[in-house]
This record gives sequence, C-alpha cells and structure tokens, in this order.
Amino acid sequence: MSGRAPWDETQARALIEARRREPGAMLPLLHDLQERFGYIDNSAIPLIADALNVSRAETIGVVSFYHDFRREPVDGSILKLCRAEACQATGCEGLVDHLARAHGLKVDAHAGGPLTIETVYCLGHCAAAPAALLDGEPRGRLTVEDLDGIVARSRGPMP
Amino acid sequence: MNLKLFIPADSTALSLGAEAVAQAAALEAQARGVAIEIVRTGSRGAFWLEPLLEIERDGRRYGFGPLAAGDVAGLFAAGFGEHPKSLGPVEDIPFLKAQQRLIFGRCGIVDPLSLSDYRAHGGLRGLERAIALGAAATLQEVIASGLRGRGGAGFPTGIKWRTVAGAQAEQKYVVCNADEGDSGTFADRMLMEGDPFTLIEGMTIAALTVGATRGYVYIRSEYPHAFRTFEAALARARAGGVLGPNVLGSNTSFDIEARLGAGAYICGEETSLLESLEGKRGQVRAKPPLPAIKGLFGQPTVINNVLSFASTPWILAQGAKAYADYGVGRSLGSQPFQLAGNIRRGGLIELAFGVTIRRLVEEFGGGTRSGRPLRAVQVGGPLGAYFPESLLDTPLDYESMAAARGMLGHGGLVVFDDTVDMAKQARFAFAFCAAESCGKCTPCRIGSTRGVETVDKIVQGRAREANVALLRDLCETLTDGSLCALGGLTPMPVLSALDHFGEDFTRPATSLAAE
Repeated sequence: MSGRAPWDETQARALIEARRREPGAMLPLLHDLQERFGYIDNSAIPLIADALNVSRAETIGVVSFYHDFRREPVDGSILKLCRAEACQATGCEGLVDHLARAHGLKVDAHAGGPLTIETVYCLGHCAAAPAALLDGEPRGRLTVEDLDGIVARSRGPMP
Repeated sequence: MNLKLFIPADSTALSLGAEAVAQAAALEAQARGVAIEIVRTGSRGAFWLEPLLEIERDGRRYGFGPLAAGDVAGLFAAGFGEHPKSLGPVEDIPFLKAQQRLIFGRCGIVDPLSLSDYRAHGGLRGLERAIALGAAATLQEVIASGLRGRGGAGFPTGIKWRTVAGAQAEQKYVVCNADEGDSGTFADRMLMEGDPFTLIEGMTIAALTVGATRGYVYIRSEYPHAFRTFEAALARARAGGVLGPNVLGSNTSFDIEARLGAGAYICGEETSLLESLEGKRGQVRAKPPLPAIKGLFGQPTVINNVLSFASTPWILAQGAKAYADYGVGRSLGSQPFQLAGNIRRGGLIELAFGVTIRRLVEEFGGGTRSGRPLRAVQVGGPLGAYFPESLLDTPLDYESMAAARGMLGHGGLVVFDDTVDMAKQARFAFAFCAAESCGKCTPCRIGSTRGVETVDKIVQGRAREANVALLRDLCETLTDGSLCALGGLTPMPVLSALDHFGEDFTRPATSLAAE
C-alpha cells in the first residue's frame, strides 16, 4: 500500500514530541508511528521510553500486548479477515482454506509479499458476514470470488 | 426537480457497496442535468436491504434496495417510482415498523454530523432538561428509569453515577466503553456512525450529574469509520457549544476525547480499558477499588457502555416513568438487539426487553441465510451461551437469560445452521480466551489452553468420560477463580455446547478422522 514511509528517526521523534504531554499518550503515539511507518521499529522503543519516562521493558510490554502493533515492516496490502463467530457461521474458515489451497497464502504468516492477511475478531459487520477490511475499507458477504479478485489485484501492477 | 437522496455511509453499508451507489447517483444526476442533494446517513439497521437508497417525497421516505451501482440509472429513468427494487415507504417495512426505537430513533434518518438535524429530530432535549433539573434531580431520573448497564453486566447505571457523584475529588472522569468486541454486535458502531451526538449528549448528562469535566471514548481500532465519524462529531459539538467551557450555556465545562484501541478484546473489560487509556498493557485490575472510586488515573470515574449513555437523553427528555414503562421485571427500557451470522434478514432490532429469541430469529430474521435448518443461536457474544432450537422461546431479559444459564451480554445473536460442529465452537471459545487473555490470572491464562487440549482429547475419543468430567471441573475453576468476565464466562459457551449439543462431542472418532 502506498503512503507508508520508510523508518526515519527524525520523523519519529517529531511524532512522539507532538503527543508526549497528553495524559496516557502511549497508545495514540504508537498508532501515529504505525500509521506513518506501517510498524513499530525497534529504534522507536528507546525514543518512546525516554519521552514518556517509562522503561524500555514497559514500552516493549505495551507494544507486544496489543495485536495491532507490528514489529516488522510490511509491504503491499493488508487484509484483515474476521474469524469470529458470526463469520464462522457464514463460512470464514472456508475462505481461509481457499486462500491457502488456491493461492498459497497463509493467514497470520507475515511472510511478506504483496498481500498480508491477518486474523481479526469482529469488525462489526456481523449482519453482512463474512467480513474483512482491505487496507481499511470494509468488505461484506465476502466470497471465494471476491478473495480471488483481491489476490489478483494485489499481485498485479500497482495503480 | 430538486431531488433529495439519502444513502448510508455506515461501514456495513459501505462493505456492501454503498459508496459505488452514491457515486453512481451523483454521476447519473449530472448526466441528466438534475439538481440533487445526497445526504450520507447512518444505516437503519436493515442490513439485508443495504445498500439502501431513500428519497424524500411529501415528507415521507421511500426506499430502494438492496442496490448495485448498475441499478441507479434505472431508478432515475423510472423517476424513483415503479421499480423492481422499490420497497415503498421505509417506515412501513415490517422489520422496521415492528421495532420500538428509543435509542436508535434517529439512526439512518438524520445526517450524523448535522447538529441542526439532531436538534430538529429531538436531540439535546434530554441535556437541556438535565441542566434545568440540576445534578441531584437528574440522578434521581436515571435511577428511577431502572436503566442497567448495556455492556453486559447489567449493573444499575444510576447507582454507579451516584457513587461517583458522592466521591470527593478535584478531577472526575466520564469514560465510554466503545470497545464493542463481541462477535454479533454492532449497535455501538452503528450509533457512533449514524447518530454520534446521542452518545455525546448522554456522556454530557453523566458529566453534569457527577461533576466530571473530562471524558474519553475508547473506540476499538477495528472500527476506523466509527472513529473518524465520532471525532468529526466531537468537533461539531464543540463548535456548537454542546461541549467546551460552557455546555449549552450552563456555565459548566465538559469535553470529550476519542481514543483508539489496539486490537485487544480484553480492553472491553472496564478496568483493562482504563489501564489501556492510561497507556499501559490492558491488564485487568482487581476490584475493589471500584472505578467509581478509583478509576482513570486513580480518580472517580463513570465508565459505561455506549448504549447506556445513549439511553439517557431519551430518559431525560421523556421522563424516567416513560422509559420504565418498557420492558419486564427488573429489565426495564429497550435493548438494541443485533441479529447476525447465518440469517436472512440480519440487522439491528431495538425492542423492549422480554422478546423471545424465536421472534427475533424467525419473525424479524426470516430464518437462516443458507436455507438450512437452524441449529444454534449464540446470545451475548463469544462468552454467551449457545441455545438449541428447543430453547428459542426463552425471553431476552437479564433474569430469564440467567435462568436459562445464558446471558444477554451486549444483545448480539449469532445464528448457525445445521452444518455447525458444536465441539469446534466449544474449542474456539477456549482458543479465543487463550488468544485474548490478559495473562493476569492463572485460570484464564492457563485454563484456556488446557481447555483447548481437553476438547481435542474428547473429540479424538481419548478417555472420553474422564475428559468430559475434567472439562466440567476446569470450567468450574474458570468460573469461580478468574479475575474478570473473560475467564469467568468462557465456560458458558463451552458448557452450553456440551449440555445442549452433546452428540457433537461423542461422535465416533473414526468418522471424524475420515472427514
């Protein structure tokens, strides 16, 4: 996905500086960093720890606690596929199997490549299940054909 | 001809193609040289009709849906009259007509970001009355309404507020739990996208009642659209004097900040949410002290669910008595139920407490989407019980659900057809608990993984009787020994699956292997 910047310490410092005085700044700050760079770089840990006056261990503790925060850069598109009960009731596990069988794509493998697929539990589109978020855009009543299209577009030339 | 069209920007409607419909409408109007206004609303909650387009004519709304972008030219050609996708007056659609919408009365109708629209549809009357009444009388109204926390626990909202109002502190907080993580629930999301001012009004009523000046709304990151809409609504509320140093001229100050979660289900637990807001790992706190005494940043804090806050503007505007006239027993008022999963007509159904599961699933929902026989309905999210067909006549209120060894939770119902393997669902309940456990208490952290293993052994046919006994024993440990509802309630889906669908656990192991 375009718009993700390569890790840059100066930019990171500016993002951290902008938030550090807010009460409970840790999560907003981590979201800002991940939105800019697509992940939380290891070099960000001491910067955050210093700015918020907490230990590096505590900072890593927070980053690793939340499913959202990635520790490695990610290329390409991100498909967050819901695998909670309402989507199970409408066949999301069949979609997971299809991605593996037809496209060799494993959910949560983080193997790089043009399409990263992550498990999420509930996107709130349970009345239009199975559901997913493709680069932040919601997709409902997802079919095998929809997935084939998403995979093909991710592998095609970027628009 | 000046056309006024209404097309939802609700994220589920978007997931079904509402954006393409809106674009097609704008292009078609341009091509025909017709002046139109497109209002992007929330959703009415009849999701099987989305994308739903409405047109206003003689003060009534007429609906067309479910639409694809390709239908739009035909609608223009037909003058928005006779058309195969015509639904007639939207209010007369049986799914909507049969509801009792107290909280969701405006959702899908108004422009979510128009404060004047909000006022024109009855908004801010509750807050104005609260200001006129003063804190003590407002509190009495909320207590008298019988409103109970809609997040799942069902604790009386007014009692919680009274505790915070009575606490002495320089800084108090109002925190809204919008970490709606239960599968099968989307009412909080719909409200924040479709009628966010109702939540702002409700939180402001709470703030004035307890003497808080700062509020936070913790919105899950899986809801990016709700977050953006809610932030935009906050800006409009500040600009309109609803929030800020002088709330509606009352000389009291209150402001709200929206905060984004980070994908941890446990942060829907109130103390874990507070830890997360403080910038820490979302680990559950031991209670006491209650958040009402020592909550956010150690200060007295009202923490309620979106729907609890959103109920209070109606209560204040119409009076506690009017609210308590809805519902049954000690479950008073209305509950926005959410019908999801394998269902023909899924969506939001707001009704007084006491409606049966069957009425929602059959009358409103029209049975399974697959057309196969219904096998189970999970009520109340991933920690709720699975109900078999024989228990569908159970009324949906706090007491009846508890008597049936289930819970109402956040009011979500997920329907499964007869292809479901209930042993798999029981296994998933443990696996989910293992994935989402905050790790603070042992029964939840370790017990969840042991539960997965034990279900596996049962399904594989290894020492079945002994392992079923072990599973029940483990469930007892989780129920009695966990610090919060995640570990404490994970046994509910497991035991309901075991009790009502035991045959799925005892199939010959060979046939399982052959599958």
